[in-house]
Amino acid sequence: PTTDCFPSYLRNYLICKILEKRGGELKMSFPEIMKWNGWGYSDSKFLFNKKGQAEFTGKRYRLSGMIIPGLKDWMEGTFGANLQHKTPATVSPATLNKAFLEELKSTGIPFSHDAEDRVFRAHGHCLHEIFALREGKFGRVPDMVVWPNCHNDVVKIVELACKHNVCVIPYGGGTSVSSALECPPEETRSIVSLDTSQMNRILWIDEKNLTAHVEAGIVGQDLERLLNESGYCTGHEPDSMEFSSLGGWVATRASGMKKNIYGNIEDLVIHIRMVTPRGVIEKSCQGPRMSTGPDIHHFIMGSEGTLGVVTEVTMKIRPMPEYQKYGSVVFPNFEQGVACLREVAKQRCAPASIRLMDNEQFKFGHALKPQVSSIFTSFLDGLKTFYITKFKGFDPNRLCVATLLFEGDREKVLQHEKQVYDIAAKFGGLAAGEDNGQRGYMLTFVIAYLRDLGMDYYVIGESFETSVPWDRVLDICRNVKARIIQECKDKGVQFPPLSTCRVTQTYDTGACVYFYFAFNYRGLSDPVHVYEQVEHAAREEILANGGSLSHHHGVGKLRKEWMRDTVSNVGVGMLKSVKDYVDPDNIFGNRNLL
Amino acid sequence: MMFLSLQHRDPMLKKRDDFEDMLEERRNSSDLRYALRCYTPVLYKGLAPCKASMLKSMVLQSDQLHHVIGQVSRETGRAADDVQEEASAILEEMAHCLQLSTVRFFAFTLSKVFKTLFRSICVNEEGIQRLQQAIQEHPVVLLPSHRSYMDFLLMSYILYTYDIALPVIAAGMDFMGMKFVGEMLRMSGAFFIRRSFGGDKLYWSVFSEYVKTMLKNGFAPVEFFLEGTRSRTSKSLTPKLGLLNIVMDPYLKGEVYDINVVPVSISYERILEEALYAREMLGVPKPKESTSGLFKARKVLSEDYGSIHVYFGQPVSVRSLAQGRVNRCQFNLVPRHIPRRPSEEIQSFVNDSAYRLVRAQEENMVLKPWVLLASLLLQNHHQDQTAGQKRGMVLEELTAQAVWLRDMFREYGAFLHWPVVLLDICVGGQVKPGEPHSTVTPEEELLSQAVIVLSCASYRNQGLHVFLRPALLASAINAASSNLKQEVFNSFSFLRNMFSNEFILCPGATVQDFEEACYLLVKTGALQVTQQELLVTERGQRTVAFLTSMLDPFLQGYQVVCRFLCEEATENLTEKQFVPAVRKFIIKHLLAGRLRYTEVLSSDLQKNSLAALLRLGAVQKIKGRIKLSKVTYSSVFLLRTCVNLTYNC
Repeated sequence: PTTDCFPSYLRNYLICKILEKRGGELKMSFPEIMKWNGWGYSDSKFLFNKKGQAEFTGKRYRLSGMIIPGLKDWMEGTFGANLQHKTPATVSPATLNKAFLEELKSTGIPFSHDAEDRVFRAHGHCLHEIFALREGKFGRVPDMVVWPNCHNDVVKIVELACKHNVCVIPYGGGTSVSSALECPPEETRSIVSLDTSQMNRILWIDEKNLTAHVEAGIVGQDLERLLNESGYCTGHEPDSMEFSSLGGWVATRASGMKKNIYGNIEDLVIHIRMVTPRGVIEKSCQGPRMSTGPDIHHFIMGSEGTLGVVTEVTMKIRPMPEYQKYGSVVFPNFEQGVACLREVAKQRCAPASIRLMDNEQFKFGHALKPQVSSIFTSFLDGLKTFYITKFKGFDPNRLCVATLLFEGDREKVLQHEKQVYDIAAKFGGLAAGEDNGQRGYMLTFVIAYLRDLGMDYYVIGESFETSVPWDRVLDICRNVKARIIQECKDKGVQFPPLSTCRVTQTYDTGACVYFYFAFNYRGLSDPVHVYEQVEHAAREEILANGGSLSHHHGVGKLRKEWMRDTVSNVGVGMLKSVKDYVDPDNIFGNRNLL
Repeated sequence: MMFLSLQHRDPMLKKRDDFEDMLEERRNSSDLRYALRCYTPVLYKGLAPCKASMLKSMVLQSDQLHHVIGQVSRETGRAADDVQEEASAILEEMAHCLQLSTVRFFAFTLSKVFKTLFRSICVNEEGIQRLQQAIQEHPVVLLPSHRSYMDFLLMSYILYTYDIALPVIAAGMDFMGMKFVGEMLRMSGAFFIRRSFGGDKLYWSVFSEYVKTMLKNGFAPVEFFLEGTRSRTSKSLTPKLGLLNIVMDPYLKGEVYDINVVPVSISYERILEEALYAREMLGVPKPKESTSGLFKARKVLSEDYGSIHVYFGQPVSVRSLAQGRVNRCQFNLVPRHIPRRPSEEIQSFVNDSAYRLVRAQEENMVLKPWVLLASLLLQNHHQDQTAGQKRGMVLEELTAQAVWLRDMFREYGAFLHWPVVLLDICVGGQVKPGEPHSTVTPEEELLSQAVIVLSCASYRNQGLHVFLRPALLASAINAASSNLKQEVFNSFSFLRNMFSNEFILCPGATVQDFEEACYLLVKTGALQVTQQELLVTERGQRTVAFLTSMLDPFLQGYQVVCRFLCEEATENLTEKQFVPAVRKFIIKHLLAGRLRYTEVLSSDLQKNSLAALLRLGAVQKIKGRIKLSKVTYSSVFLLRTCVNLTYNC
């Protein structure tokens, strides 16, 4: 779905440019392309132009360069945000540690202890992290960054780290939203951020078995693009795929938008190679399934960097789909929409992706509609609205939209499409066109940029997810949204918050639900604290309503406190004993998970 | 731990709403027009009202009922269709079929009736507004106090008047016996439940699903009486938990975000059934509800029943009640439609909530001067009796004492309704309660006197909750062997425990109650609390004496039951025989002048003391027979303590 990619030649060129000798040390980073204190590319962002209209800059996305006339009104209407004030940002100074430096130098592996490099790798994308960055406040940051180039480099680094008792925190794409990259403030040893970004090659493709062996530092969009060149894809497309890395997916048990066809990361992975303080862990063969005791891959997947560094992964690949088609369905209300998704899951005919937005989110999507190019389109839009609300009697304050993505042979796609639309019709759903569907998916990639715009105008927000059995979906959506609104009110938020949700994945027995919430923090002395309290309350509500601690974001440090309740005492003990064996000196000391 | 700072909220500062008389408008405008006016209540989330038939089919198609039908059919070997039919019949027998036309009929006739019976019906309109708000936000449960058959008609009448969604009301099956009236009530929103259906899974399932469906869809507020039955004594009854469990379930299982529970306090100046109640407690059985009985009862129409005060309390959010008390994750691992016994955690939560809600009802009960006068007259009457005189009280003295008592009531936070000019007292001949009519036998004389005393006591009881904790403390101070705090606390704790079937005392709140009692007595200058001791002050003597004598009749009641069990109970005493046997025993002692309080003849008191002794393990129920506990040592000790304690007082 990303129409525009970050070309690797450009990246290589930049890396060459940046690889400058500076006092015998190497500096390697690309802050010129990436924002250091916000989401994504530096050239892509929302801003309000001189006329006060919203605009999305750059050329990377379908929305880039377009005027979005509805956004300002929506923001003012929803948050009471006044687009007048702005807040600047600064960076905190660095502290150095040289213990392990000398030996590292002799290996020739590039490293840096430049402040910018370190701060860049000291955070993920949780709201409090970005907020602190923008305010120029930041706690513990890594003392240095190393850039291994291959598996053997990682082995060397980990050996040295063990020898000198240095703490290693693996860093992939930096898109964590669980405080997993935060350095533990109580850590007294030197912290080394191990950046896998240079390990980004596809080592081989096996067309007979349809597998590819890839270095774990590769970023999602590069992996897809390179495979596409050979006519293949992995089909793994998490919303963060522009920036997140293969190693990160494995370490957090990631899930992709098109998992209905391709599966989640645990279904895609055939072989993993991980460097741990005890040595390298991997399986001896690539059989498609094994009965050899508990699957050791499951100790690795979801270990969140606490056991070692994933260096190479063999993944399933598929021939590129012949045909792709977007679609959308309007339902009279959210209940009907969920019932339809449930039926689709029951009949096991879910398209590559099917997502259901609630009414508030539908309105938000509407606000992000680009300026229409002609009177005719505008007229057509008006006609559609008239048909749905007046003729079909849908209440604009209750209706909701499902977006669909079909993939495969052209013929099968069309057949599949019909099947899904027929089911939808039984639940009062009306087909609402490809365009709405495509815009829905585009929004996924742009929404993270929107948070940065919000912060410029005293609006902070975040999303979080869960998975829940089907019979609980409606209850959890209603209760969590209501809880967010109530908590905001109780905590003194002056304007009603945005509290919306969508169902993003379907399974045989349940669904993945995403919640989005944002509020205007003017008048609050400690907005991030308020935000954290609300998110905490929302998570408790999720758990009380039978939702899981996380569907794919992981636990990190943000959700650690609920781990014991989630997996039981014995469960925690099991994980602890694995950690104790694999990493007795806590070299991988990011303190996630346990 | 125990004697912490006494920082209670001063009960005098309780803010309460003002009342409006809703009958006033009825007296000035057409009842017919009122009954036919446009009625458009606002519903939960702007829902359209649901037809009774649709509601039934929702219940019959529910997952829970399907599950239970399957289960029953497997267990009994009956065909599922057969069981389904039974379920459908149960539902048919139970379900309400609210019809606006019937409501309008009631609106018309009740207007006429109320205007003749009552001087005014006063409602706090702010409470009505809060209720209206609450209904739009979350499903609502109405919990009125229960003193009279009038209660639920009155509730619906008020809600109709203020254009608020009419509730569906849980009513006992005995009403169904009244042919025509039963159906009328059904059409005005009542649904009928059997009094006992202990083991009947199917019945329970239909019933709970029916209530939950109405509640969680927000079709109508659900109304029921926490006390389970009408209180014959004007004291609040220990709450029953069955229905409260059911209505809290949708919240606990996450089916609704929250539920608003609204306690409603209905205070009658004079209860319609007043004389009936006293007779019932003295052994004249309760007349079976019948339509003809209702017509015979129409002579009440010619009497004056004063005014009614209805106070709609602050809506209580079940979510906030459960906050930090119930872990809702306990429902994660079993499908929610499979009925399960509530966990201990939930049982204790529901129990505590029930007590809190009954206390909330008590708190907003409006007290009239008669309550104070009855308390004073009763005490005086007993003193007279001991002294063997029958002199009554001089009106001036009574007035002076009443003023003293009024101030005390106020300080304790009572919701007093004190007229600016005290009306020409209509007690008239009753300033001396218990003036016996000339009757034949001494026993008959005693009983007819007891009717009057019990009626008087029911007035006094209306105000008991105000004094309860200080009175327990006062009695504890009297009973304790020293003034040491710990001693007094122990004796307080014992008394409180013993009386927890008699009064509304939240389980496990002994320390809070003790502190509250200390606070009130210290605040009013009756008590001094030092590091070690509790000392009654000079001016506190009168208060303490008054408070102690408030509890005295109850103490004597418990004592006499203990004595009966120790001295006279035979091997084969069944629960049924208990009350008549105790009554005989008491009458004997009363006639012999060995007992002071005629009030102990109340079967309510006797049953409560038996329940307390059962709870405390002093007696046991084996195969329906009441026996002194096998662990005789401890039970005898317990009984002794009861007896000694009461002798001391």
